Amino acid sequence: MIASNYQHHQHAHCESGVTANLLNHKGLTITEPLAFGIGAGLFFAHIPFVKVSGTPGTTFRTWPGAIFKRVAERLNIQVHTEKFRSPQKAMDALDKALEAQNPVGMLSSVYYLPYLPEAFRFHFNAHNLIIYGKEGNQYLVSDPVIEDVATIAPEDLAKARFAKGTPEPRGFMYYIRSVPAKVDFEKAIQQGIKQTCFFMLSPPLPWFGNKAIFLLSRKIKDYPKKLSPRKSALYLGNIIRMQEEIGTGGAGFRYLYAAFLQEAGAMLRRDDLQELSSELTLIGDDWRNFAYHAARQMKARQTDRVSYDDLSELLRTCGEKERDFFKKMEKLRF
Amino acid sequence: MEINEVPQDSLDYKDRDKLKKLVYAVDKDGKYTGIGSVGWEAENIATRQAWDAIEEELAETEQKVKAGELSPIAWFMQKKLMDIALLAQYMDKWQWQVRRHMKPPVFARLNPATLEKYAATFGISVKELTDFGK
Repeated sequence: MIASNYQHHQHAHCESGVTANLLNHKGLTITEPLAFGIGAGLFFAHIPFVKVSGTPGTTFRTWPGAIFKRVAERLNIQVHTEKFRSPQKAMDALDKALEAQNPVGMLSSVYYLPYLPEAFRFHFNAHNLIIYGKEGNQYLVSDPVIEDVATIAPEDLAKARFAKGTPEPRGFMYYIRSVPAKVDFEKAIQQGIKQTCFFMLSPPLPWFGNKAIFLLSRKIKDYPKKLSPRKSALYLGNIIRMQEEIGTGGAGFRYLYAAFLQEAGAMLRRDDLQELSSELTLIGDDWRNFAYHAARQMKARQTDRVSYDDLSELLRTCGEKERDFFKKMEKLRF
Repeated sequence: MEINEVPQDSLDYKDRDKLKKLVYAVDKDGKYTGIGSVGWEAENIATRQAWDAIEEELAETEQKVKAGELSPIAWFMQKKLMDIALLAQYMDKWQWQVRRHMKPPVFARLNPATLEKYAATFGISVKELTDFGK
């Protein structure tokens, strides 16, 4: 059983990619940047006291599951979502959905996906992929972060869907029941932009949104004073990996969001969105510059305070430019 | 970032170079498109460093297992990239229990069912588990 006419397209990010691929299959044409922007995927958080594999938690995106959910709500799409207690039930439900010709999105742990390069396979439990069919004893996988389709054995898929850790996927799966004949992209784009501004500018806590960039900048300055050279390097490395290694489309989703603003500008015929897009592209270049220098510092592994001060400064500049950027975007009137 | 600036720094390590990721970049007219990239030096350094740190820790733990300071559970946990919290979840145990099982004398007295469950969690045989470091 294979969902007919399913087409795999590679995207930068797993969740916005799955969203775009599922919607396109149901006849609703949407690009990844548009799904990412409408789903308000862009974010920043740095939570030093929550350690992920021993390093402080840093993220450039919103929490898992939010993009798909928001896109569905904002475009009036009927979806089916389900969690399971046992792998057996979860796999049976998947087979049933496939028999009904539905490509099915689901959460998985990257660690148990043998078709991905080993270099990426850590215990990360919020990876989204699509199963679009079953042939013999193999499931057909459309994983948006890879170029081509792949296959996976049922045992591996069950392990990936029932991985332990945080968050636990618990076999979570979703597919699209129906899409409306006509969707109001303009309103959905507005809602997405508004929400992104809100999440970046309004949190009163130092760990979330734009404020967290300044927090990280201050922390980095203290790394050589407070941490061993090995730990400092690991902490820096983790920031780079969150920004570049996991599929972000470059510069911690900043380029992806700039692509969204550009597309939105063309759809709504607004030059101000195009201008914001160009501005964010330049901010993205600053983030890349930070990562470049952080990597060099990391490789040197010297506790060279001047360099850590410089890195802190680069990051502070990113934070300031983004603050101005989001304040400008917040003022947009539709 | 412009299309011609998209890095193509491949990294021949744990199949990293088998995957071309999509990044977004602008063409000469400023229009965004998705471009495949085999990797970027900065990212590659971070990837390598994360794995090197794991290798270093594994080597240290192996010495401790051989010296009788830790049980093989400690080594296989790191080998499977787990921490105590995650391993405890897979084992349906408390973290302090898993920590105890890392003491060689406690490990030596573990019942067959528990050993079996550890081995299954690590995807190895009980013999591989108990023989490690001998």
